[in-house]
Formats: sequence, structure tokens, C-alpha cells
Amino acid sequence: MSFGAPRGAGQSGHLHIEGASKSFGDVVALADVSLSVSAGEFVTILGPSGSGKTTLLKVIAGFEAADAGRIMLDGSDVTDLDPARRNIGMVFQNYALFPHMSVARNVAYPLVMRGVGRAEIARKVAAALEMVELDGMAQRLPRQLSGGQQQRVALARATVFQPRLLLLDEPFGALDRKLREQMQLEVRRLQRRLGLTTLFITHDQEEALIMSDRIAVMDKGRLQQVGRPHEIYEAPASPFIADFIGESNIFTGVVEAGLDVPVRVRLERGPTIEVGGVGNLRPSAGQRVRVMVRPERFVDLGSNPGAGVVNRIDGSITESAYIGVSDKYRISTPDGLDVLVRLPSGPSRRRYQAGEQIAAGFHAADARLIEVQ
Amino acid sequence: MAISEAATGQSVASRRDVIGRSFSLGPLVLTLPALLLLVLLFVLPLGRLFALSFEGGSLDWYGKALTGGLYTTILLRTFEIAAIVTLCCLVIGYPVAFLLATTTPMWRAIGFAFVMLPLWTSVLVRTYAWMVLLGRNGIINRVLIDSGMMETPLPMLNSKMAVVLGMVHVMLPFMILPIYSAVTRIDPDLPKAARGLGASATRVLTTIYLPMTLRGIVAGVTLVFVVSLGFYITPALLGGGKVLMFAMVIEQQVREFLAWNFAGALSVILLAVTLFVFWLLNQGVARHLGD
Repeated sequence: MSFGAPRGAGQSGHLHIEGASKSFGDVVALADVSLSVSAGEFVTILGPSGSGKTTLLKVIAGFEAADAGRIMLDGSDVTDLDPARRNIGMVFQNYALFPHMSVARNVAYPLVMRGVGRAEIARKVAAALEMVELDGMAQRLPRQLSGGQQQRVALARATVFQPRLLLLDEPFGALDRKLREQMQLEVRRLQRRLGLTTLFITHDQEEALIMSDRIAVMDKGRLQQVGRPHEIYEAPASPFIADFIGESNIFTGVVEAGLDVPVRVRLERGPTIEVGGVGNLRPSAGQRVRVMVRPERFVDLGSNPGAGVVNRIDGSITESAYIGVSDKYRISTPDGLDVLVRLPSGPSRRRYQAGEQIAAGFHAADARLIEVQ
Repeated sequence: MAISEAATGQSVASRRDVIGRSFSLGPLVLTLPALLLLVLLFVLPLGRLFALSFEGGSLDWYGKALTGGLYTTILLRTFEIAAIVTLCCLVIGYPVAFLLATTTPMWRAIGFAFVMLPLWTSVLVRTYAWMVLLGRNGIINRVLIDSGMMETPLPMLNSKMAVVLGMVHVMLPFMILPIYSAVTRIDPDLPKAARGLGASATRVLTTIYLPMTLRGIVAGVTLVFVVSLGFYITPALLGGGKVLMFAMVIEQQVREFLAWNFAGALSVILLAVTLFVFWLLNQGVARHLGD
């Protein structure tokens, strides 16, 4: 795959959102959202539907006016700027290709609107189409293309005029899984090559983890946590995020001794465990806390002595599922604790059936304190 | 790629064929009453008129209609008036249709009431209403004179302007409705995308809305133009006999001179010209849209 020339040293595209708020009647879509995106960075806004992420994108693009707050692009305030003059490329959820124009005319559109010369338009459109591997499709109409091809046209159209910022609104929603994974990688490669500051919207947490430099988790119109993918996954700031991103066990318990790390927590319905992941939370003895353990962090103590594994959960298997890369079990302890566990699968591993007893353990470092009440 | 395969027109079209074949008798039975009515009250009289115009195997009636200049002049004037009416309807109707399609539901309901209300009123009543407005002692002249802006009444009635005004009023909904439906079919993301790509509001109109509503425009133009060509009541009343349109001449030949053969020839000419215009407009669109 070949790409256009990377942008020069004068690369721009620093986005700064300051206290953006927006309500539709009684419904709060954005509540005091602030976010800074550096030039060339790929940031994903991740949230369930109705979390306000699309509204945020519309406010940045200028299709929706915020009730309060400012949008800064490269240091200049664009809050009240006409969307036509913001120089932002956007790929819509349904691509929004102009159905009455050929692929070439679609891609040429932003250049024509900028009064670019005929020869330069032809050259840039050809380069953009080559970049998304649609060289032979220039004269086709959008409806004659497959979903993936339409997506590429939309991408070419949104980048051909070297925008300061690229906005992607759930662009992969309509694609099947294989094509989606391919496009995820392609979009990321293209974005890196062009050095484009990109804001990507999705409700798919896996997609967010794969693609992003940073993820901003959004819920109920608020940014809940902003961080690198591994930070979001390993150290979610709230039970909502722990639950929304990946699978998780969230245990409730009371702190027995909180001064030293690992913190000792007596689970409400279960054993006392050591919690190594505390971040900057410093709970004191007697406080109620919530602890997260990812299912894939468990080891099978029956077939593996588990050196250094300090936490142990004994129970019987209530559900067992074969996923391929792993076996997924639901374990119920005598105290009534429900635990989701994923163990590596394969011929060398033991597979448990529902009803069997199991001893599963995890390191103190794999337990994460996510809330202190 | 599965998406594109599922969405290809071919499979949809072939399925439609299958349905069409297996239920071919159903539609025929259902449309039988309408078909009978049409044949009895339209096709038969029309055929009779057609036959009359060729009575005796001569083309004399056509010769009389197409030479001498009188009837061709009236035909041209009929075209001119129909064209002016169509243009006025388009210029007035497009913004209205656009507004109706893009406004809030409440304003849409109110707007539609204003568009449809005249449509539900008799053409005769509306034409008389225009006479009340435009007459020598009509409301407009009264206001102008009473306010001292005019000394003598403006001669507004019995003019081409009055005819055009009345016809535009009658035909406007027929322009608005197809354009409205075309605008509502446009994905609201498209104008947004165009704005985001750098298009001014005017460029969005010329590059997105106008080309994408072309079918609606042509449907409205065809409807208004073709119907206008055959207008009778409105030009007869508001033109006061001074503004002669083709349908009036046909009526005159039948009622005053009982010249059925000649009226038949004139009718066939009007029908042929109308069908030709209809075909021409459709050809233009087909070529422009590439299908």
C-alpha cells in the first residue's frame, strides 16, 4: 500500500476542548467536557449509545452549537466559526457520500469548494484514491461500491484537503468483522502517515483499545476517564468503566488493613484477599471498597502450583464455555460469590465441566481497587 | 462485499418479476373498474374525436388549424402562458417545499394546511375570489383609491397577468408536493457533510439540493406545464375573453360553431404537443441522471 507524502514540519492540529456543555431540553448531552488532543494524536471517545459522544463530535465539527464552553484549534477559537471554515475532515457513520456524484467528484468536492485549480484537483484526487486503493473506481457512483469501498471513499474525501483534524463517527459499524479489523489497521496506518490529529468515536471497547493513543471514556455526557488503552483497561477509574471495558469481576469488601500495599480486603461473600493495584487510593481499615479482577488473570491452582499467587477462590463450576483461545467458567463459592474466570485452553490443559470443583487464584497485583466508599 | 451483493439491484429486480408473474391476475381484477371507466369515458370519446378529425379521409381540418397563423398563434400563446405559470410555480414553490421538508413538525403541519387548503376549494370559487380581488371595483383597487395612492382603478382583470396569477394559485400545490417529497428523501447528513467539506450555504443548494431534487423538480414542472396547457376555466374567467388559450378555442368551436371535426383536429394537436413535451422532459431527465 502506498501513501501520499507525509506532511512537513509545519504539522498542526492541536485540539483543545474547554468546558463544552450542551442540553436538549432536559436531556444533558454534554456536561462540562474538557479534553486536549495533541497534534498527530489518535484519541478515541468511547461510550455507550446516548453517552453524548456524537454530540461532542457535532459540536467540534460545528453542526451543533454548544450551550457553553470553547473549542480551540491550533490556539484559535473556532467555537462560533462556520463549519465550512473550520477545515475539519469528517467521516460520517453512514459515510454521507453524495449519491449523485462519481467517486472522483466526491473526493474532489472539498478541493472544488476551496477553489483549487483543475490540474491540482486531478492530481490530488488521483493520489487520494491511490492511497485508499480505489484507483480504478474513480468514475463509479457510490451505490456501485461495497460498504468497505464506500468507507475508503469517505476517508479519501475527508483527508484530501489536508484538514487540521479528522473526525470519525463510528465509521466501521456497518462492516462485517473481518473487513472491520482490516479497516481499523488501515485507518490507523493512514492516520500515522498523514500525521493527522484524529478523534474517533465508537461504542466498541475492543476497537478503542486496538486503535487509540488515548481513550476518553464517556458516560451521561461526562468524560469519566482519559488515558492510554492499558491504563483504562488495567486501572479503570470507576466500576462503570471496569464493567464497560472488557470483562471484569467486581468484588465488594471491607478493608482489614490499609496502610501498606498490598491492602488486605475481606470480601463480603468470600475470603480475604490482598489487593496490589491501589493507584493513589489509600483506604483505611473498616472502609468499604470495590475491587476488580479481570477473568483472564486467574490461574488454575489445581494444575499449577501458582508460585506467588496469594489469593485463592474455591468453588464449583456453574457454567463452562469453550471460546477457542480460552475456556470461560463461572464459579460459585460456598459463600455465594459469583466469579468469572478465563483459563488458557488447549490439549495440555485440563478442561472442567459444570459441577466440578476448582481452585482458582490470582496475584495481588492483578486485583485493582476501583472505588472506596 | 456481502453488503454490495445483497444490495445489487439485479436480485431485487428479479424477485419483483417473480411476484409480478405469480399475481398477474390480481392487479388486473382490482383495476378493472378504473379500467372500464377510463375506456368508456375517456378512450372511446377520444377515439371518436380522433376519428372525426380525419372524417372523409381528409387532412383538411389539420390544414386549417396549422395554416393561416391564427391557431398556431393561440397555441404559442398557450405555451407561453403555461411556461410562465410553470416558472412562477417553481420559483415560489421550491423555497416553500424546502421549508416544509426541513422545518419542525409543527410548522410543517401549519405550512401544509396553507398549501392544501386551496387545493380542497373549488377552482371556480377560487377564480371568482380573484375576480373579487382584481376587479375594477375590487378590493385591491378600492384600497389603492381610498388610500389616495391611485386616482383611477388599475385595469388588472382581463389581462394575461390575471390569468397567470389565477393559474399559479391553482397549480402551486402540484409543484410543491413532488419537490417536498424529493427534499425529504435527502439524507440530512449530506448537506452537513458538504458544509463540513467547505461548501457555503449557496453551494450546498447548487451542488447538493438542486441536483438531488431534480426528479422532483421535473415531476412538478411536467405536471404544472402539461396541466396548464389544457387550462380552461381560469383563463376564461380572469382573461375575460381577451386572453385566448387553446382549450377555449376548442370549446368555442364545439359550442358556438358545432364544428366537431375541426374541434377534433385541434384536440388531437393539443394532445400530440402535450405528449411530446411530456416525452421531451422525461428524456432530458433520463439523460441527465444516466438511467
